[in-house]
Amino acid sequence: MTIDQISVFVENEAGKLAGVTKVLADAGIDLRAMSIADTRDFGILRMIVDDTGGAIEALKAADYVTLTSKVIAAKIEDRPGGLASVLTALSEAGVSMEYLYAFVSRREGNAYVVLRVEDTEGAVSALRGKNVDLVGAEDLSAS
Amino acid sequence: MSEKNYFHPDIECADYGTMRALQDERLVWAVRHAYDNVEPYRAKCREKGVEPGDIRSVDDLHKLPFLSKDDLRDAYPYGYLALPLSECVRIQSTSGTTGKRVVAFYTQHDLDLWDECCARAIIAAGGSNEDVVHVCYGYGLFTGGPGLNGGSHMVGSLTLPMSSGNTERQIQFMTDLGSTILCCTPSYAAFLAENIHKMGVRDQIRLKAGIFGAEAWSEEMRRDIERSLGIRAYDIYGLTEISGPGVSFECEEQTGMHVNEDHFIPEIIDPDTGEVLPLGEKGELVFTCVTKQAFPLLRYRTRDICILTRDECACGRTLVKMRKPMGRSDDMLIIRGVNVFPSQIETVLLREGYPANYQIIVDRVNHTDTFEVQVEMTSEMFSDELKVVEAREDELLSALRSMLGISPKVTLRGPETIARSEGKAVRVVDKRKI
Repeated sequence: MTIDQISVFVENEAGKLAGVTKVLADAGIDLRAMSIADTRDFGILRMIVDDTGGAIEALKAADYVTLTSKVIAAKIEDRPGGLASVLTALSEAGVSMEYLYAFVSRREGNAYVVLRVEDTEGAVSALRGKNVDLVGAEDLSAS
Repeated sequence: MSEKNYFHPDIECADYGTMRALQDERLVWAVRHAYDNVEPYRAKCREKGVEPGDIRSVDDLHKLPFLSKDDLRDAYPYGYLALPLSECVRIQSTSGTTGKRVVAFYTQHDLDLWDECCARAIIAAGGSNEDVVHVCYGYGLFTGGPGLNGGSHMVGSLTLPMSSGNTERQIQFMTDLGSTILCCTPSYAAFLAENIHKMGVRDQIRLKAGIFGAEAWSEEMRRDIERSLGIRAYDIYGLTEISGPGVSFECEEQTGMHVNEDHFIPEIIDPDTGEVLPLGEKGELVFTCVTKQAFPLLRYRTRDICILTRDECACGRTLVKMRKPMGRSDDMLIIRGVNVFPSQIETVLLREGYPANYQIIVDRVNHTDTFEVQVEMTSEMFSDELKVVEAREDELLSALRSMLGISPKVTLRGPETIARSEGKAVRVVDKRKI
C-alpha cells in the first residue's frame, strides 16, 4: 500500500511557503501531512493531500515545480519503541531510507510515520511481514 | 619541418604576395556573386553607394557594408541564399538560444572546402591517416561533428563518429579502438579526463592530441587537460554563418589560430565606429567569405573581440593568426579580474539541462566582487530528495567554475521568477559602484 506524496520547490524567502499553502487553500485542498527539508537557499516541501491531482494542477498553474513520488505511511503505537520496530524491520530487510517524517494523532493515540525508501515494494512486504499497519491517504489526518 | 605537417603547403605557407593576389581575385568574384544573387545584400550595397565594380582588391574591402546576425535573422531562412536550393546539399544551423536561429546552406563544393579547412586543423594537430579521430562534438544541425568528421575523412584518418553524450561508451571506444585524436568542446574534454581517471583506465588511453573548440576556454584549462590526458590540446575556431569549425586552427606553437584566409579574409574593426584597425590592435573580428557559393557572407561581424597578428610562426605557416577571442563586443563583464560572458554561462546551463533563463548579479562588498548566478528550477532537475538537488547544484557549480575560471554562487529560483522587462530577460545586474 503506497501513497502519493507531492514535493514542491520553494525558494527560501519570506512568504514563499505561505504562497504555496495559499494556492492549495484556494483550490480547496486539504493537507494531510507535510514536512519541509531546507538548505540556505531553498526548501523542498513534501506533503500528502486529499486530492493529489487537483493539488498538482493548481500548483502547476501557479508556476510551481512539483514532483509526485510514492511513499509508505505506517500507523504505529504512540509509545517508546513504536518507531524503532518499523525501522528495524526495514533495516533487517535491507531497505534503505531516504527520509521520513512523523506526526501524532491525538484523537486516536496513534502516531503515523511517512517513509520514503529506495525500494518501496520491498519495504511494503517487509513491514507487512512484521504486521505493521500500513495506511492509505484517507486514513491520514494530522488533526 | 616536413611536408606532412601541412595539408596544403602551397597555401598554408604561401608568401604574402601570393596570398594577397589569390584573395584579390577571389574577393572580386565573391562580391559580384553576392551582389547579383542575394537581394538583401544588393540593397545594402546600394544603400552604402557601393557597386561590385568598386571592389578591385582587398584594399577596397572597407567600402563594403557590414552584415550582422540580425541581418540574417531578418532574412530567415532563405534571404541570404545565393543559389537555387536545387544546387544546395546541406543545411546547418546555429543553436538559436539567443533568438531566432540562423540556417546556413552549403553546396557540395562548400562542404569540400569546409572539410579541407578542418583537415588542415587535424594535420596541424599532428594527425595523419595513421590516426583514429574520435569526434564527440554533436552531430546534426550543430557544425562541430560534421565539420571534424569531414576533415578527418579528408586526411584519411579512421573516423569515430561518436557524437556527444554517453561518457562511459566514449571511454570504452577510446580504450577498445585506440583513439589518438579527440575532438570535442574543452569542457567535455575535461569531463572525459575526470571520468577516465575515475574509471582507472588512464593507462589504456592512447590519445596524443585534442582539437577543442565551440566554447571559450582558458590557458589554465588547456594545461589541465593536457596534463590530465597526456596530450597536446589545440584550439579551433569557427561559426556556422562562415562555415563551421576550421575557420581558424592552432598549430604546434599554440600561440593563436591560423586563419584559413584563402577562404575567409579577416579584419579587426572598432565595434563602435566600424573603422578598420591595424594588425595587433584589439577589436571586433569580421570575416569575408571569398569562396563560398551557397551562403556568401561578406564583412560578417562575429561580435568576437580579438587581435590579428602576422608575426612569423615557427610552424612555417604564413596564414594570419588570430588570438583566442577575448570576448564579445557586446556583453563582457570583468569580475575579480576575470572576463565573464553571459553566453558562457548560458552554454553551461543548457548543457547541464537548465533553462537558458538566468540572471547574473554582480556586486562589490568589502572591495571584493561578489558573483551570483540565479537559475530557474525545472521539473527535470527537481527531486524530492535534498541530496539529489544539491548534487545537481554542485555539478552546475563545478561546470560553471571550469568554464569561467571563477566560482559564482549558484542560487536556484522557482520557475518564472527571474525578472523580465518588456518580455526580455535582464541577464546582468551589475550593482557595483566603482
